[in-house]
Amino acid sequence: MIYLDNAATTLHKPPQVIEAVVEAMQTLGNAARGAHENSLQASRMIYDTRCALARLFGFSHPERVIFTANATESLNLALNGLFQPGDHVITTDLEHNSVLRPLYRLEDLGMISLDFVPADRMGNPDYSAFEDLIRPNTRAIVTTHASNLTGNLVDLARVSAIAKFHGLLLVVDASQTAGSIPISMEDLGIDLLCFTGHKGLMGPQGTGGLCVSPGVTLRPWKVGGSGVHSYSRTQPEDYPTCLEAGTLNGHGIAGLSAAVDFLLETGVEAIARREQELTLRFYRGVKDIPGVTVYGDFSQPQRAAIVALNLENEDSGQVADALMEDFGIAVRSGAHCAPRMHQALGTQNQGAVRFSFSLFTTEAEIDAAVAALAQLAEN
Amino acid sequence: MRIKKPALVVTFATAAEAMKMEKYCLARNLPGRLIPTPQEISAGCGLAWKAPEDARERLVSAMTEGKIHWEDARVLTI
Repeated sequence: MIYLDNAATTLHKPPQVIEAVVEAMQTLGNAARGAHENSLQASRMIYDTRCALARLFGFSHPERVIFTANATESLNLALNGLFQPGDHVITTDLEHNSVLRPLYRLEDLGMISLDFVPADRMGNPDYSAFEDLIRPNTRAIVTTHASNLTGNLVDLARVSAIAKFHGLLLVVDASQTAGSIPISMEDLGIDLLCFTGHKGLMGPQGTGGLCVSPGVTLRPWKVGGSGVHSYSRTQPEDYPTCLEAGTLNGHGIAGLSAAVDFLLETGVEAIARREQELTLRFYRGVKDIPGVTVYGDFSQPQRAAIVALNLENEDSGQVADALMEDFGIAVRSGAHCAPRMHQALGTQNQGAVRFSFSLFTTEAEIDAAVAALAQLAEN
Repeated sequence: MRIKKPALVVTFATAAEAMKMEKYCLARNLPGRLIPTPQEISAGCGLAWKAPEDARERLVSAMTEGKIHWEDARVLTI
């Protein structure tokens, strides 16, 4: 099978990630729940992972790297914990439902008002709209770093400059870029960075996190066991404990730790270059196949490793099914949890077929996928 | 693309129900397999069960017996 659905989850992990999970399951106790060696080993590993993630994301505060189950949980924690009644929030048409639904819910509850920066037919946000939409009660801009549908990057430096000039917080969904595109929170002025562990970070599913800049306060969405201050009726207020009630996914974080070490050693810039080569190889192979329409802006110097396309008026699901059944190629089809992006592209009824690559994708796999698509188009 | 033929397509509200269908059908050698839900039925994604069009009665009976909750069962040319 040729796996080209890395934007959903990376299938091929560095072997040390798997080894680390197995070892953790055989040796680690529950972190911060005891002073015996098994518990301390877990605590040390978790602390080291916070430090490694802080280093990866150009963030000086490992104690403010919060672990969650995935980016959806990180975004829910950030968005539900950040806003006050009456706040206005600006977001974009590029967003995934993990951003849209929490914001829609807050809007429906009457907590916030919401405006969207529109995307054009190339899938790029209208950058002038960010400022046009700002009101006196605007509190934050919430944006993805890369569209999970087109792979287009949002120019975070540009959006951050707007946010900082107007005193707004910047919340970034890095689901499609963490581990694949260099991110420096402090250089980019990101206040809240939400990430998942199982895509570009190449860790296990069930891991993810949120980096919370100093000065940003979030209300916790869950409270409970903390391992300290057990006689207090309330959750401790210090980071990271205030936002991490309950047992952490220590086994998963051990795997994530090994993955982040691998990424730091390999270099995210090198990974970005490699993934860009693979993406462009596929794009160049398919863009001129008769009947194929590719979505997104390929003039961008850097993009996420994603190519979305359609084959004439064919149901995207049927194209994906044919790729799997006839050629053994795994891709994703349909709406991709990105309803507004599809509306902006005009693909809300057809959906799109999304090919997404990783560091471990090979040229042979890319070429086989191109050939398969060409054959489907010919037939 | 493949030559399109009529097929029975059964849709479900959740992936869990689709999984229940697959498990039930595989255990009883009932015809069909999981496919992406055709856009003709729903643009909202999900999994559907595709089977020969003449399997409708057999599958509906099986789903009733197996307490599998399905949303729609219709013949499409896909």
